[in-house]
Amino acid sequence: MQDFGEAFRLAFGLVFSANPDLLEIVVLSLRVSLTAVALSCLIGLPLGAAVAMSRFRGRMALVVILNALMGLPPVVVGLMVYLMLSNAGPLGWMQLLYTPTAMIIAQSILIAPIVAALTREVVAQLHEEYAEQFRSLCVPPGRAILTLLWDARYSLLTVALAGFGRAIAEVGAVIIVGGNIQHLTRVMTTAIALETSKGDLALALALGLILITLALTVNTMVMALRGTAIRQAHV
Amino acid sequence: MSDSNEGVLVDTLQGVEHWPLLPAVARGLSFDAGGRRLMHEIDLTLVAGTVTVIIGPNGAGKSLLLRLLHGMIPCSGGTLAWGGRTMTETVRLRQAMVFQRPVMLRRSVAANLRFALKLRGLESDDRCHALLTEVGLADRATQAARLLSGGEQQRLALARAMAVEPQVLFLDEPTASLDPAATDAIEDIVKRAHQRGTKIVFVTHDMGQARRLADDVVFLHAGRLLEHTQAEQFFRAPASTTARDYIDGRLIF
Repeated sequence: MQDFGEAFRLAFGLVFSANPDLLEIVVLSLRVSLTAVALSCLIGLPLGAAVAMSRFRGRMALVVILNALMGLPPVVVGLMVYLMLSNAGPLGWMQLLYTPTAMIIAQSILIAPIVAALTREVVAQLHEEYAEQFRSLCVPPGRAILTLLWDARYSLLTVALAGFGRAIAEVGAVIIVGGNIQHLTRVMTTAIALETSKGDLALALALGLILITLALTVNTMVMALRGTAIRQAHV
Repeated sequence: MSDSNEGVLVDTLQGVEHWPLLPAVARGLSFDAGGRRLMHEIDLTLVAGTVTVIIGPNGAGKSLLLRLLHGMIPCSGGTLAWGGRTMTETVRLRQAMVFQRPVMLRRSVAANLRFALKLRGLESDDRCHALLTEVGLADRATQAARLLSGGEQQRLALARAMAVEPQVLFLDEPTASLDPAATDAIEDIVKRAHQRGTKIVFVTHDMGQARRLADDVVFLHAGRLLEHTQAEQFFRAPASTTARDYIDGRLIF
């Protein structure tokens, strides 16, 4: 067991020497989480906007379910995706278990409800403001959804970043469906869990540092985007 | 009845069936909400070529009547026909409305206009520029619409309403929160639209404005239509004591 200071020294050494193993893990983590965010936005943005705009029986129930799904436990999602993709499962023939694709699927299921629920909140406020004007101009529903999404784009970027934050930081789902296989499905969080359990804290700390840096970068981006929006007086 | 807008609409509006919207005839038009009748059996005929001003105290149902006429709210009872046909989206496509608080899309001034033009397949730089010039905002085209003053935003809302080339333009107290100069600017634009043949239906609290604009006046009180008459006659000798009291600035209940 290394002492704490030694672990930090090794961690910085790994980060600044651009260690190829470390780089591989970081790149895969970003690939998996960014793809999951893109997929979730593709589903969650129009879904959230449609729920915000429409009035139908059972809408409130759908809103409650969407909000509840924001708190989905990653291990449960991991288990569900595992059951679906395992050889005995209905999608076993696709042979996706223990691949980055399986991890993308699991993370998408985790964050699509977050994107949809937060989008609904953002778009509902804007729709309240635009609704009469849209009705007067006879704006078709599809055009209305696109207009609302476009006009709320700065707030929705924050929503996407919130989804990214959740995806990049979660460990439970990706470790179950990915298996933490070196050079194939090892991402930052699963590597941290593994290296910590092995007692090799240097790599774990290096990855932790990168995760924290990413979190800071994400927050900086959000602040910068908000600043831009306010400057342009579009919010 | 002929309509001077018809030629323009046939040329420009695509995929929309054309016929003169006026006269519009409402018979027994009523509206209920929360178990209460808010609009009581309104009988009203709107003809082409005039500026109809709807006046009445707060809670009279002026804005509600405007929304019922524009088909934004379905009526609970009675009938409404525009040019002999029932109210549908096809009718509303040829009407436009300006609200008390202008709704500005989070875009530039020009993009707000282009949004409406595109909806009717009328988008062109020339048309956009002409409309902005008409309302005196040509030099603000690239500015964020939300940076405009209240008066400028209302002028942009008017330009956007006119962009869809409506036969009927509804205005719901468009100058309620504006200063006299901004109010004048709005009234000038409305008058020019009227001169080009657009039917104007204008809701206001301002008696001076009603006198300046109205050809005919609809007076509402507590969800009932008490009078619909020529403006000159209404202000000189209203038929009801309620209208008399309202014109004279007395409280009415």
